[in-house]
Amino acid sequence: MRNALSSAIMRLAEDESVFFLTGDLGFMALEGVRERMGSRFINTGVAEQNMIGVAAGLAREGLRVFVYSIAPFCYARPFEQIRNDVCMPELPVCLIGNGGGYGYGYMGPTHHALEDCAAMAALGLRVLVPAFDQDIPAMLAGCNAPTYLRLGYALQPEGATIPDYAPWRKILGGERGVVVALGPLAGVAWRAFAAWPASARPSVWAVAELATALAPAEFWAEIDDSALYVIEEHVETGGLGASLALAIMKRGLIVRRLAHRYALGYPTGRYGSQGFHRAQCGLDENGLREMLGRNHS
Amino acid sequence: MTDSIATRITRAKLRLLDMHHKAHSGHLGGNLSCLDALMVLYHRVMGPEDRFVLSKGHSAGALYVTLWSLDKLSDAQLDTFCRDDTMLPGHPSGRGIPGLLFPTGSLGHGPSLAAGLAMAARHQGSGRQVYCLCSDGEWQEGSCWEALIFASHQRLDNLTILIDQNGLQGFGSTEEVISCRDLAPRLAAFDIDVCSVNGHDPAQVEARLRAPRGDRPRVLVLDTVKGNGLPFAGRLESHYLPLPDADYRAARRALEAASAP
Repeated sequence: MRNALSSAIMRLAEDESVFFLTGDLGFMALEGVRERMGSRFINTGVAEQNMIGVAAGLAREGLRVFVYSIAPFCYARPFEQIRNDVCMPELPVCLIGNGGGYGYGYMGPTHHALEDCAAMAALGLRVLVPAFDQDIPAMLAGCNAPTYLRLGYALQPEGATIPDYAPWRKILGGERGVVVALGPLAGVAWRAFAAWPASARPSVWAVAELATALAPAEFWAEIDDSALYVIEEHVETGGLGASLALAIMKRGLIVRRLAHRYALGYPTGRYGSQGFHRAQCGLDENGLREMLGRNHS
Repeated sequence: MTDSIATRITRAKLRLLDMHHKAHSGHLGGNLSCLDALMVLYHRVMGPEDRFVLSKGHSAGALYVTLWSLDKLSDAQLDTFCRDDTMLPGHPSGRGIPGLLFPTGSLGHGPSLAAGLAMAARHQGSGRQVYCLCSDGEWQEGSCWEALIFASHQRLDNLTILIDQNGLQGFGSTEEVISCRDLAPRLAAFDIDVCSVNGHDPAQVEARLRAPRGDRPRVLVLDTVKGNGLPFAGRLESHYLPLPDADYRAARRALEAASAP
């Protein structure tokens, strides 16, 4: 998604009020952005607390600021600066964390972001998790409030057209329950189930913005009295599953079954690729098929 | 006839004493160590478009009375200080008060915020100057040094950081806690414009703030006394404790005597 981000930022670069700050990251990805934006592209160095404070100062003067780093360095290291400097004054700063979930795989646990959505949502930021590359331009265009954008690795559905961007949208029809996937896991779910007949597979909804208030009426109608499978590359606490369960309770809906697959951390104490960690959590294609098979048996 | 800066400062100090005493609020020491410089900055140096960031948010009282001295806050507003339903909490909220741009109180945020404001001014082709007031203990926060490195590299010549070097922090002196009696030599290593002045001498402070400089950010180290003018001046009690009635009366008398012609 970095290339999609780069292209989307370059399209915004004509606007002289747009700034892009990076914490010394973006090699072989953001060179075009740097060239296009000139002095409005600032490598603030390896100093994330300062980067967020500077972003807040710029935004306080009416400028639109994007801040980029590897996800944990973007949201965890400068947590208080995000809280006090960006969120309290409600400034239009968009934090872009690359490699959400286990995205940095072999780089190890310091580079993974498993609780980022909960942490940022708790501070009141909009939490955006694009499922596909084409989601990013629409998301960036609407960044006029404190926002956290979690970038991952998109799995594009092969031979299929994805519906136009919406924060919650159905990307695959089915009749046996509903899979709700946070961000790029929607692509994994599509691959897991697209070849199944519609009568035997679940529908798949891609959630690209964490707020359940954005789910359309069609979604609530579809999950009512249905089996619901929530999948997210995020810890159990404070993520999509928890917020969706609360929303279901508040609406007085009945779901016949709620299954939740989420990031388990490092259950074996071993480390590997994003695929390795997803498999350990049952979040790979086989794991998802197994989840459906077991729950339908 | 316009009052002298010294007269205005004395009046602001008396109002600060009164405000803190009525609110039974502490942090008076750090307010009195920086009030002279704040008054000089607002009355003698800053223009209407310039920006100010109070990084040492625990000196909110000094800023509130400075704004009061400029008729930007009323007596009635000051009377709500640290009371229910106030716009003037013990650390600034960043909302609803003209010129207060950010919520501050957690230390180490101001220099970066000010650097961002300075970058924005440069980008917008504005001659706005940006001022930021820090405490000395605050420079134990790594984020201050991150900001200094950035400001120096970016040659933010429209940024001035003032450091209220009163030598006392929350639970000891800066000498006891981190073996630092004077920040100036450490700051000087960062290729910026650093100078020290007596922070209780308005003429010196004004002269240094107005002095020409090169294309670098400026840091002005204000050598000050915590609780300046109070019975417990220079003692740790001035950091936290509200003034007992007897000390309040003594402090008023001392300030009034010092300002008598």
